Formats: sequence, C-alpha cells, structure tokens
Amino acid sequence: MLENNNNSEKKNRRDFLTVATTAVGAVGVGAAVWPIVNQMSPDASVKALASIEVDLSKIKEGQEITVLWRGKPVFVKRRTKEEILNAEKVDLKELKDPQPDNKRVKKSEWLVLVGVCTHLGCVPISGKGEYAGGWFCPCHGSHYDSSGRIRKGPAPANLEVPNYEFVGDNKIKLG
Amino acid sequence: MSDKNLENTSAEYKPVHTNKVGGSPFKGVVGWIDNRLPIFRMFKYEYLDFQVPKNLSYLWSLGGILMICLIFLIVTGLVLGMHYKPSSSEAFESVEKIMRDVNFGWLIRYMHMNFASFFFIAVYIHIFRGLYYGSYKEPRQLMWLIGIVIFFLMMATAFLGYTLPWGQMSYWGATVITNLFSAVPFVGESIVTWLWGDYAVGDATLNRFYVLHWLIAFGILGIVIFHVIALHIVGSNNPSGIEPKDTRDTVSFAPFTTSKDLFAMLIFLFAFVIITMYAPNYLGHPDNYIPADPLVTPAHIVPEWYFLPFYAILRSIPDKLMGVIAMVSSIAILGLLPWLDLSKIRSSVFRPIWKQFVFLFVLDFFILMYVGGMPAEGIYLLIGRVGTAYWFLFFLIIAPLVSLIEKPLPMPNSIHEFEQWKKQGKIKTFKLF
Repeated sequence: MLENNNNSEKKNRRDFLTVATTAVGAVGVGAAVWPIVNQMSPDASVKALASIEVDLSKIKEGQEITVLWRGKPVFVKRRTKEEILNAEKVDLKELKDPQPDNKRVKKSEWLVLVGVCTHLGCVPISGKGEYAGGWFCPCHGSHYDSSGRIRKGPAPANLEVPNYEFVGDNKIKLG
Repeated sequence: MSDKNLENTSAEYKPVHTNKVGGSPFKGVVGWIDNRLPIFRMFKYEYLDFQVPKNLSYLWSLGGILMICLIFLIVTGLVLGMHYKPSSSEAFESVEKIMRDVNFGWLIRYMHMNFASFFFIAVYIHIFRGLYYGSYKEPRQLMWLIGIVIFFLMMATAFLGYTLPWGQMSYWGATVITNLFSAVPFVGESIVTWLWGDYAVGDATLNRFYVLHWLIAFGILGIVIFHVIALHIVGSNNPSGIEPKDTRDTVSFAPFTTSKDLFAMLIFLFAFVIITMYAPNYLGHPDNYIPADPLVTPAHIVPEWYFLPFYAILRSIPDKLMGVIAMVSSIAILGLLPWLDLSKIRSSVFRPIWKQFVFLFVLDFFILMYVGGMPAEGIYLLIGRVGTAYWFLFFLIIAPLVSLIEKPLPMPNSIHEFEQWKKQGKIKTFKLF
C-alpha cells in the first residue's frame, strides 16, 4: 500500500514521464516518417535539369515552337501585330484571372508560356478555340487568348509564364 | 507455511486458460489441426452449415463473382509483373514484348485488362442490387460503408494500372487525374509535384504507380475479407427485404447457394471469354497503343468506360475545385444513404415510388456514362449538368422525402409467405433472368 503523502508526488512523476515519453516518441516517429514522405519529391537529377536555352532566330512572325522543359511543353510564340493589339486592348474586367498583357511578356512580340492547361494539365492546341491567336484545351474545353489568358471554360488561371530571360536578341534562357 | 498461504488466497482468484485448444467438431488429423488453428470449423460453420435466405436471386451471386474476378486479377497481375518493366523508356516496349514474345503473354494481358472491366461490371450490378433491395439498411450499414471503401480502392487501382502500359491515354489520363489534386487550395501544386516526383508525369511517377498498383490491389483483398466477415455476422439480405424467421425461410449455403453461384459464374465467365477472345480491345481505347508523348495531348481524352459517369460529373461543374469535390462526393454520398433513406422497408418491391426513382437513377448512371465519353460542349454539357443534378438530388432530397411520404404496399410476414404471394401473383418482382 502506498502512503497518502507519497501519492501526489508519484502522480506528478508519472504524468511527467507520460508527457515526456509521448513527446520524444512523436519526434521519433516524425523523424522516421519524414524521409519516407520526402523521398517522393523530385530528386537531385530532376532538379539538376532545371534550365535550358532556346534559339529564337528561326521563328517567323505568327509561328510558334514547343520545347520540352522540366518534362513539360513550353510554347514560344512570335506574335503578329494584330495578336498583340488584341491582347493589349482587352478590358481587364472581362477576365477571370486579370492580368495586363505587358505583365505577361518581356518583349511584346515574344510570348513564352508553359503549355500546360491550368485545369487538369493537358496540352492546349495552338490556333484553336474562340480567341484568334490563342489556344484551346481539348480535354475539358478551356479557351485561352493571344496572351495565354483564360477566357472561357473550367481552367481557373492563365497559362503560366515560366521564369526566363533574354540572353541576346535571339535567345532566351528558361528557368 | 507458504502452502497454507496459497490455500487461503486461492479462493480470491478465478481460474485462467491462456490457450483455447480443443472444441473441434472434426476427428483425426483435421481435428488435431482444427483444435489448434480453427480454420476447418470456420469453413464448416460459415460455409457448409451457414443458413441463407432461400429466395436469393442471381443478383446475390455477384459477391462470389467479384471474388473470382479479384483472384484472377491478382494471379494474372502477378505473372504480368514478371515481364513488365516500370520505366518510362521501357514500359511500352515491355508490354509489346508481353503481347508478342512472352508465351501466352497476349492471353494473360488481355485477361488482366478485361477482368478489370468485368470487375467493374460486376461491382456496378452488385451496388445496384444493394440499392434496389435496401441492403444498406440496419443492420448492414457498416458492410455498405466497407463496400464503398473497396469501390474507391478499386478505382484507384484501376487508374494506376491503366497508367502502366505508358501509352498516350495512360500518360494523359495520369496527368489529368493527378492534376485533380492541384485543386486543393494553397498546397495543391506542391502535392502534385510530390505525387509525380518530377515537374510532370515521368519516370519516377510510373515507378511508384507500379508499386502502388500492387499495394492497393492487396489492400482490396484485405478489406474484402472485412466485408465478408461483416456479411457473416449480419447475414444476407434477400429480395423480400424481410429477415429469415425459421427454417422455412432458409437453405444451407452449400450446396444450394453455391451451385446457384457457380452457374452464375459460368454465365459471367462465358461473357468474359467471348469479349477477351473476340474483342479484347473493345473496352479499351486505341490511342493507348501509341507510346506516351508529353508534347501532344490526344484530341479527345477519355478515361476507361467505368469512370465515365464520374468524369461527366467532374466536367459538368465549370469550377475546378468544385468539379473535383463534386466528383469525389458523387461516390462518397453513397455512404450517407443508410441515414438519408429513412424508410424501414428494405426491398423496393414494396416501395412503388422509390422503385421508380431507383430505376431513374440507373438511367442517369448510363446517361452520364454516355456524356462522359462525349466532348464537353453544347448539348452534352447540358445533359451532363441535368444528370449531375439528379445524381445528388436522388440522395439528398428524393431519398429522405420519398421515405417520409411514400405509402408502402402490403407486406408478407415472412420469406416463405413472400414466396407464396409471388406464386399467387400478388407480388411482382424484379428478375435478372
């Protein structure tokens, strides 16, 4: 039999041990689980292929090329004057994801986009859809305009503009 | 002295047995094993002596048929796995090698492909059976819920498996479905990158999908065991929806139900063999024989036929996040049915109004399936929206409302009386064949 005055001391000790054991155990489980979760993220070799250069000199006005960057298609389009004009004159209030054209390009002639529909990741088709010089996604019917902005359909956002910079007049570096 | 102490205190303790050896109804070697590992008596009690309602129709054979499908899928999958290579540069070729070079590879792969489809055919009939005869009601709610979990896992496994041949539909199907997770606010994009192990569906994705395809397949097997254990506790429902009362209402599972099930399996496997031998690719999509190309999306992406109704629901909602939520809830909502349908009567045979809505629900399923395979525009979009609306109305409004206002038909007191009424033409029942 325990004596009464010992009881509360024993109880405090026991509570402390319970809390301490649980805390150390939780940290231990977390430390054991994290590598198992994190191994699924892109590995070093994938991250190493992060940037590429694209030569623009052969692209004529109105033409578009597709390059593969990080496993995704990137559209590089040399827009016509009409397409630029159409993209610039749009009233931002009409847009689902409002963004002026000049925020989406570095030189208004060149439009660089990740060619992945922001809905569920299909590759939109160039020159199709209801907006001249734009894109149409065949999977679920999203229409993008000549600035790659979402105009109609289920996609929530504009086509992403990747990080890129001009490294000379006729060359860009992606990533 | 110590002996005396023991004697005095032993009255305070209860006897204890840390083993339960014994109790087998069998003799000899079988009895010796059964005394130590009660598998033989379990089989005897749960299958040979097991009593089931005597009026089970062929719709009650689907459970056994599903079990056969699962076993065949695991066996054919196991041998396919001995030849398949889960890498983005080799997967497509290794599947072609299976089709052309491996002994009977074509047969094994076509069986695996078509058993997946037939698994879904059987599960849809199985779910319909539960819906029509109220098998989700007290006391079978948990079985119903376990069944929905199995259905979700089946869909996951089927999706992962469809990715493996690494054809165009594999690749773009995987892209579209994994992108569903990008609808999650804030962390969506990170989740998708984590799932892929890359910035697009790629080699890392394929490799892990292969492993998960196996894992979840065996997960299904495990949960199916729970489903069956629960069945043996709550017992089978039957077309009358009335619980058996005495031996006039039941038969032994073996040989009566087993022979009926075997006949149903024969018919089912006959249909399976016809499709597998004469039209093995009928239920698939020809584009999946084009190797995956991350730069070109097929003009018209369609999932496998068994996903079409839910795909139609996804596409009928113009908002990305809401579309994904609607698609997931269209299946999860089945789990609420036991608490939304307030009627105590199980069988639709006695529920003239509810019965009409159930048939309309089946029609809705097929309409959505049709719409899911069509382009998401114009009239198809409209039909898809009406179909989606009915799908949710059926559960959320119609089920509780009908159960409150409906006047059920007069009911017999027992299963044997139900059978008598049927013979007298007082009851019209639904017959599969």
